[in-house]
Amino acid sequence: MSQIIVENLIKTFQIAQRRPGLWGALTGVVHRTYRTISALDGVSFTIEPGELVGYIGPNGAGKSTTVKVLSGILVPDSGRCEILGRTPWQDRIAHVAQIGVVFGQRTQLWWDLPVIESFDLLRDIYRVPQDQYVNTRDELIPLLDLEPLLDTPVRQLSLGQRMRCDLAASLIHTPPILFLDEPTIGLDAVSKLAVRDFIKKLNTERNVTVILTTHDMDDIEALCTRVMVIGQGTILSDGTLDNLRSNVTRERRLIVDLESISEIADPDAQVISTDGHRVQLTFDPERITAQHPVRDLFVENTPIEEIISRLYKEQKL
Amino acid sequence: MNLIYPFKPYLAVLSARVRTLLQYRAAALAGFGTQFFWGLIRIMIFEAFFRSSTQIQPMTYDHVVTYLWLSQAFLVLVPFSADPDVRSLVRSGNIVYELVRPANLYFFWFSRAIAQRTAPGVFRALPMFIVAGLFFNMQLPPNLYATSAFIIAMICAILISAAITNLLNISTLWTLSGDGVGALLSAATWLLSGMTLPLLFFPDWAQTALNALPFRYMMDIPFRFYLGQIPPSDIWTHLPFQLAWIAILTGLGHVILNRATRRLVVQGG
Repeated sequence: MSQIIVENLIKTFQIAQRRPGLWGALTGVVHRTYRTISALDGVSFTIEPGELVGYIGPNGAGKSTTVKVLSGILVPDSGRCEILGRTPWQDRIAHVAQIGVVFGQRTQLWWDLPVIESFDLLRDIYRVPQDQYVNTRDELIPLLDLEPLLDTPVRQLSLGQRMRCDLAASLIHTPPILFLDEPTIGLDAVSKLAVRDFIKKLNTERNVTVILTTHDMDDIEALCTRVMVIGQGTILSDGTLDNLRSNVTRERRLIVDLESISEIADPDAQVISTDGHRVQLTFDPERITAQHPVRDLFVENTPIEEIISRLYKEQKL
Repeated sequence: MNLIYPFKPYLAVLSARVRTLLQYRAAALAGFGTQFFWGLIRIMIFEAFFRSSTQIQPMTYDHVVTYLWLSQAFLVLVPFSADPDVRSLVRSGNIVYELVRPANLYFFWFSRAIAQRTAPGVFRALPMFIVAGLFFNMQLPPNLYATSAFIIAMICAILISAAITNLLNISTLWTLSGDGVGALLSAATWLLSGMTLPLLFFPDWAQTALNALPFRYMMDIPFRFYLGQIPPSDIWTHLPFQLAWIAILTGLGHVILNRATRRLVVQGG
């Protein structure tokens, strides 16, 4: 029995339309028109216990809306969802006791209180027994390096510090499922690596099921074996990252700094752009050729945004 | 499991809010100063009124003085505005985290409201009692029965005020700023609770309306128990009404909040 079952979720929002100008503002008080935004247009997937799933897509695709519906915060217009046997928005209180959520652009800690008091408060809110709380807390603190931060009021923490504290806070009640909505947004490289490390440990050592929403492809490559791509409210792709790449394009990009500026005319490589000595090529790795002297070498993947827009165009066909 | 267990989340929020609010000592001092000043002015007005009037008044001058000091001391009870924390939660969209807690949202916010209507008052009421009691003719209750009736009535007053505050909190889900509703409700409470004028001084034709509304239970009725102006045994006639109002206001809040959360739109993506 899958841990998370989502079937054909549909969610629309009504946005009040503003008429331009002063007359529009006045009439708007009396008569309002709405336009409908379709945030989720038939989203379906299942997730087994212990999976670490990446959930990616362009801005406005419906990632955060999905997480909010799965958390029981929003009620969908139609569709079915079962997590650990419960429907999130119907059994909200029982359901949320079994999940942890981190919204990357917001904090769940109390702004004026020291970090440790936020943790204590969450212990009471989730009714965690004291001995269990002490164990959990004493494990999380060294794992995320929170010891020096415990007595600092949350408002005085840097973004990276706050995110690590938010992560710990979401796990005080040791939920079997964790929803992470853009947890690494705005973080520096060091913090990102710390967060990634922690999520990996959580998943492999404690079998916590994780759904990770992110724009950072490095997060996905480092952590996720399975990736779901959502675009304009529908799931466009669901499988491993390599499958996603090979399904859309086998292209690789190569950035080469040449010793001398020269024309590259190669049957297997196509020049995308030239910038002085630096040449950006795209090639099919199945047919590698080395014919020019090279000073330095960078290799990168086709940006995910391009992959998704190509995928979307293909689907629409 | 002990008795506290089901209430843990709500007690935890209440305690956290109270502790935070008690930290605002400068505000408490300033509040005490202004409230004390206002008390003096209002007493001067009433003194002039009593001196110039020839009719027998519904309350004695001494009672009015104590009543005024009580209303200044317990000013914190008046539900002026929604909880600023709740307002910013709704505006920013951080309400998502409130909905992810395994607790009933209405009672969560109700606990906050209780904290908001009591904690700031501690450092305003205590000095007021001391200063006004020692130097400005504020009397104590005539006997233990009056004190007990006062305490029971005050507990109900806190609950009614918290329920009205919670309605203000919930209204921010519809209006996002809550200012308009807050202004209307606080104006109504200001007048109809006995803050401006003890309700006995209102004209006869207004008395029925005043008695039908819950506002008098926040100030007027508790203070009259304190003064002994209403016999303490009358608490049994008033208590059912107080409890009924608490039930009505909390029930209403529950229903509106359920509707609002089912149709929730979270600000900020």
